[in-house]
Amino acid sequence: MVEDGRVKVAIVGSGNIGTDLMYKLLKNPGHMRLAMVAGIVPESEGLKRARELGIETTHEGIGPVLEDPEIKIVFDATSAKAHVRHAKLLKEAGKIAIDLTPAARGPYVVPVANLTEHLDKDNVNLLTCGAQATIPLVYAVSRVTPVLYAEMVSTVASLSAGPGTRQNIDEFTFTTARGLEKIGGAKRGKAIIILNPADPPIMMRNTVYVVPEGDFDEEEVRSSVEKMIAQVQEYVPGYHLKSEPVFDEKETPWGKKRIVVLLVEVEGAGDFLPKYAGNLDIMTSAARGVGEQFARHLLEEKEVVA
Amino acid sequence: MKAPRVTDASLRDGSHPMAHQFTKEQVREVARALDEAGVSVIEVSHGDGLAGASIQYGFSKSPETDLISEARSVCTQAKIASLLIPGIGTVKELKEAAERGTQIVRIATQCTEADISQEHFEIAKEMGLETVGFLMMAHVRPPGFLVEQAKLMQSYGADCVYIVDSAGALLPEDTRDRVAALKDALEVQVGFHAHDNLGLAIGNSIAALEAGADQLDGSLRGLGAGAGNAPTELLAAVLDRLGINPGLDVFKLMDAAEYVIAPIMPFQPFPDRDAITIGYAGVYSTFLLHAKRAAERFGLDPREILVELGRRQAVAGQEDWIIDVALELARKKKQGAA
Repeated sequence: MVEDGRVKVAIVGSGNIGTDLMYKLLKNPGHMRLAMVAGIVPESEGLKRARELGIETTHEGIGPVLEDPEIKIVFDATSAKAHVRHAKLLKEAGKIAIDLTPAARGPYVVPVANLTEHLDKDNVNLLTCGAQATIPLVYAVSRVTPVLYAEMVSTVASLSAGPGTRQNIDEFTFTTARGLEKIGGAKRGKAIIILNPADPPIMMRNTVYVVPEGDFDEEEVRSSVEKMIAQVQEYVPGYHLKSEPVFDEKETPWGKKRIVVLLVEVEGAGDFLPKYAGNLDIMTSAARGVGEQFARHLLEEKEVVA
Repeated sequence: MKAPRVTDASLRDGSHPMAHQFTKEQVREVARALDEAGVSVIEVSHGDGLAGASIQYGFSKSPETDLISEARSVCTQAKIASLLIPGIGTVKELKEAAERGTQIVRIATQCTEADISQEHFEIAKEMGLETVGFLMMAHVRPPGFLVEQAKLMQSYGADCVYIVDSAGALLPEDTRDRVAALKDALEVQVGFHAHDNLGLAIGNSIAALEAGADQLDGSLRGLGAGAGNAPTELLAAVLDRLGINPGLDVFKLMDAAEYVIAPIMPFQPFPDRDAITIGYAGVYSTFLLHAKRAAERFGLDPREILVELGRRQAVAGQEDWIIDVALELARKKKQGAA
């Protein structure tokens, strides 16, 4: 497994997401070495690019990845349906699966919030782009004051929403809302997604409304949010607040409450996908971040054993 | 021209000017009056559709499922419709609504994004509901483009597809061209939903009829977002004069507008300067009150905010851009002053 102190990893799925992830792993490999990109269409753009970059490819799907015992971590950028099958195969082969599809066979992870709890799992799921963009902010508030309710609104460029998202947009709403609760720490979560066809395409924009249970210290919230933004920027450089946190008073089902409004924009790195597609960039960036932590964890375990 | 089916949206589009504060008693009274006046479809839900209750759009005073069942309980002939905007509401809320009395679902998307509505149409049909597709903000794309989107909705199972003038920005000729294009291309019915921001709600509705529209929307006293919708009582009077009254009791509708709706309205929707700006700049009518509140908070003219939202090509549901735009305009103003 260890070769020059790095862990061998593979990407299954050679579409837009898989290809963008490939560029990220090459640009910033950390403790990983990208050993294989697997697809099912030999002439696909993703596989072509991988070959040109000198990476081993296969168009026979996950099979060859399973057969290589050296590969320890596998990023799955296929579809929910395919991942259900892949999850079982990867488990049998003793590999760690980092799931970028909505299949959710393993626990949900957001790198800056709960990943360290799950480094012993063999399958983790990255929820949705909106979840990766907004859960860190809700988490930042809930770690300084209890949160009754968190609501997020994601607006993404129409061009960046692929057929997977479009055919199952309810999945986004359910999964993201659940993530706001389970990982963000809100008692209740709500998610809204809007596709905007503006030309030129808009950057991914998210609004997060947080209703704390009681009174809270604005300074404490502001500073926790600022720290969180810096942490997310470590793996998603284009992640930034559009303005200072806004503190407002609103009528809610729980009476008149002081709330926190956070406006965050995600500019993609433009590795393969266009810069406006921050929603896709945050998924591949989070996947790389998760992979890196798993790789380090595997290497540490190895050291302890040795 | 033939008599159109008229859907009254007072209890849905009217939820915007009511700031989503309809009570069960009010809903019962309005629904009873509409049913007695011969209106065949009554739309009930949060203004932004099922599950619209949120900080983004405003919370409802009463759960919308309760309002749906209240309305249903007093209707003798009218059917209950509810709005569903994929991305906000899901099939989960649709199922709950249907259990409480929703018989028709109107599934709305930005007019460029019809392909996010497939699962909702298919499941609604499986549930045995009548389905209507809503192509919102229809002024932003030409007729040919809208035809393709309408065909998608038809292929998913829509029984009717509406041209929805969410911004009240269409002129009569634009309306006629869009409705006619859909009539030509679709096998299912075609409808038109108007807003009065440019004072054309009734005029555009008649243009839609001339182009062959099968269904029209109204709201008592025009109670709806922006400058409101085509007033149902006015639409009834005009249809009657045109000799194509679909069975509406004109006097009863006037009474419902006068004695049931008018006393509970917080204000009369009207093409005032802010509402005209919405039609003129082509932005979502629902932004009106949100922009007014933001303007007051940040010391701006609501029109500056609305025009900037139009320039940024904001779509239905993007109320959160309002605060973004207001913050930016306020910042610029401060810099300018300094």
